[in-house]
Amino acid sequence: MSAVLPPHGVHGGHDGHAHDHHDDHHDHHAPSGWRRWVFATNHKDIGTLYLLFSFAMLMVGGVLALCIRAELFQPGLQFFNPELFNQFTTMHGLIMVFGAIMPAFVGFANWMIPLQIGASDMAFARMNNFSFWLLIPAALMLVGSFFMPGGAPAAGWTLYAPLTLQMGPSMDAGIFAMHIMGASSIMGSINIIVTILNMRAPGMTLMKMPMFAWTWLITAYLLIAVMPVLAGAITMTLTDRHFGTAFFNPAGGGDPVMYQHIFWFFGHPEVYIMILPAFGIISQIVPAFARKRLFGYASMVYATASIAILSFIVWAHHMFATGMPVTGQLFFMYATMLIAVPTGVKIFNWLATMWRGSMTFETPMLFAVGFIFVFTMGGFTGLILAMAPIDIQLQDTYYVVAHFHYVLVAGSLYALFAGVYYWGPKWTGVMYSETRGKIHFWGSLIAFNVTFFPMHFLGLAGMPRRYADYPMQFADFNAIASVGAFWFGLMQVYFFLFIVVPMMRGKGPKAPQKPWEAAEGLEWEIPSPAPFHTFEEPPKLNAAATKIVG
Amino acid sequence: MTMMNARVQSASRGWAQRAAAAAMATLATGSAFAVNDLKGGPGVNQLNLHEPVTRIAADQMWLHNFMLIVCLVIFVAVFGVMFYSIFKHRKSKGAVSANFHESVAVEIAWTVVPLLIVIGMALPATKVVVAMKDTTNADVTIKATGYQWKWGYDYLKGEGEGIGFLATLDTDQRESSNSGHPEKVDNYLLKVDNPLVVPVDKKVRIITTANDVIHAWMVPAFGVKQDAIPGFVRDTWFKAEKIGDYYGQCAELCGKEHAYMPIHVKVVSADDYTKWVDGKKKEMAAKADDPNKVWEQAALIARGEKVYAANCAVCHKADGSGAGPIKPLDKSPVVLAENHMEQMQVLLNGRMDKGMPAWKQLSDTEIAAVITYTKNSWSNKTGQTVQPAEVLAARK
Repeated sequence: MSAVLPPHGVHGGHDGHAHDHHDDHHDHHAPSGWRRWVFATNHKDIGTLYLLFSFAMLMVGGVLALCIRAELFQPGLQFFNPELFNQFTTMHGLIMVFGAIMPAFVGFANWMIPLQIGASDMAFARMNNFSFWLLIPAALMLVGSFFMPGGAPAAGWTLYAPLTLQMGPSMDAGIFAMHIMGASSIMGSINIIVTILNMRAPGMTLMKMPMFAWTWLITAYLLIAVMPVLAGAITMTLTDRHFGTAFFNPAGGGDPVMYQHIFWFFGHPEVYIMILPAFGIISQIVPAFARKRLFGYASMVYATASIAILSFIVWAHHMFATGMPVTGQLFFMYATMLIAVPTGVKIFNWLATMWRGSMTFETPMLFAVGFIFVFTMGGFTGLILAMAPIDIQLQDTYYVVAHFHYVLVAGSLYALFAGVYYWGPKWTGVMYSETRGKIHFWGSLIAFNVTFFPMHFLGLAGMPRRYADYPMQFADFNAIASVGAFWFGLMQVYFFLFIVVPMMRGKGPKAPQKPWEAAEGLEWEIPSPAPFHTFEEPPKLNAAATKIVG
Repeated sequence: MTMMNARVQSASRGWAQRAAAAAMATLATGSAFAVNDLKGGPGVNQLNLHEPVTRIAADQMWLHNFMLIVCLVIFVAVFGVMFYSIFKHRKSKGAVSANFHESVAVEIAWTVVPLLIVIGMALPATKVVVAMKDTTNADVTIKATGYQWKWGYDYLKGEGEGIGFLATLDTDQRESSNSGHPEKVDNYLLKVDNPLVVPVDKKVRIITTANDVIHAWMVPAFGVKQDAIPGFVRDTWFKAEKIGDYYGQCAELCGKEHAYMPIHVKVVSADDYTKWVDGKKKEMAAKADDPNKVWEQAALIARGEKVYAANCAVCHKADGSGAGPIKPLDKSPVVLAENHMEQMQVLLNGRMDKGMPAWKQLSDTEIAAVITYTKNSWSNKTGQTVQPAEVLAARK
């Protein structure tokens, strides 16, 4: 419980582990009570804050999703008017992307990167605090926009012009919130890059770094490259709205499609920002439970980098229906299909890691295998959508909704769950209940597929997304999807109440230093729960940089 | 809030009805309550793309089936290996982990083989992209304009040149949607007042644009989806090979009535098309309003009521009370004003900042009529009349 809840004001020094004297030494300048969190500069505390924040946002976004599914349970408008419905779809997207998934990965980065590379903390501890606390006003402003005149933004999470020009004042609040979140992400990324490049323990060369640190290093560069692009796009929207410019406003000679180009130049790398750290987590977990080293470490690194580079030249596959010249469609189609190659390499590497291993299936491994299985389905639908002629049929239909939930829920979110089960014992010092973990896994996996698999059919049959009501023929699959969605939502409440809360309260068997037989890495070289301060002296590492020697 | 409560109540009624209907459908299969496939539109629980009626749609269908098969084969192969491994290489079965962790040959192989597969997929797709984008040599060219929230069609070239009309969702269906338990009709949310009519076996080029925000013109059976972008024109084409009715919906989020601007295309024989064009032209000539005609107030109000019901009532409500951010017209100072200019300007140019679209696509007579109607309805009793000539002057 050391870094999660402060039961006695100080960071769990009463556990009696080897580092007690170490902690006590620092008590005089470790703040307690609310100060510990508001003035937090410790990477573990900030990591915890990020994770709790993102879970809260997951719940808010989840409630919005359930409002959507309730309305779509059967044809006709039963609960919400179409305007409010559009606000729900918009805010669900924005909150999940910017409030839940991205901060959750930053939380993992904060907790794990210093531990994995043998650094004492993040490079810029105070900036780290600032990056987190910026998220709170941003989130309040975003969620609060529901109560502004005219309601929350309702232009879709992509905020396409010129629909954004028709929105009420909440649009400005939303834009401001995204500016702040962008600033937070950029600061977080700078911190991660500087930490990884400068603070690795002696002997931890780049090519010996754990995959999670690698994927985050690449992700952080992506973030720095594209968050300013988003800021530019929404700033132009803002000046179009208020200061008489006409970047995207056709009434003044602006080009609405230019907005889409700029947005997706951010937006496509953004989806890799949300999946690359997930690849990192899976690449840590699969070897640990297969009791076998990660297959093709170097090719894993190169594949991640290739995906990141390719992500910059595929953006217009989101825009095939805008009407591009033949050469444009062909270029973006080819480039997009190319991404299947490095992604395939990753899947094959994980399989080869499992092959002839000695596997056990504790919850982290279940989520990792579930990730590989379901994410690959999302990958295949991605390949199908990459084909411009098919995309013309499926663009802006439920097929796309199914596709990106397969990669973002079954992809990013499952990897996050896998990571919580895998590293949770290190964070809290207690083991979760394996039975409950399995209930959470199987419940979520089945509910997820019940929710999103029928959406492929709806999309193929031509049901457009962001529709508050739909023709009768789509009724049954929508009803099934809604039932699945509520089930999935309940599984996450179960996860919080029966897994997260007990762990945070320290209820459960005490976690050993290394709960997983074959897990490798420096995080398993320190006690559980991880002491408040770790690696204050750079550790001496073995040749593989996985163990502390001497 | 009261509206939401009402909705909740009607929802519970709806569920009960639905459960009852489902029970009856199970008892007597093919019961009259059941919804049927809509020919040219979605089928009940349809699993694949629409039955194609153009070559492009057929090619898309072929490509999709081809991709589905290739992906399924890869899926089965890859996950066959994974599940074999999961069952065989378990610690509980005494598996001892091997020690290999890289193999340059294998890694090159599984980079190159997928690359080749992807190239194999891209080749047939390329041919379809090129065919899809070839909008030259059209027999009929029609401009489809997206409005919030209806489609406008203007026949620009070929037989029927000069015809133009708006296509709006059937107002009863729109009301039915609001009721929370819509009537179970096969063309629910797909019925429009004026379907687009095109000849069979002729290349029809659709030029898209929009009046306010981006919309998208989609007809799945034709394999066509093209964004309609304000300030810009884009084009697409189709050559329908079967006579019949085909349906689509707007596919780009365009505001609150996004789900309520369907597309209905009637494909007819060459003869029927010629007949339709003749009829339509006569009808238009008869309907064409002379903007300089001076109207009686009562006639304008009667005309205005129809215009209001078709265009304004969706947002401003039939009783002119508005809703939420939408301004009430009843007792509105702009409507009651002696000077007609402001109200005419709002109608002609919209108030984009307040979500009010421009209505300049309506005729001078229609705008004059609807303004006169609002000035003399509900509690508004101004007695004022706005003549079409005033609107014509205000347009300049």
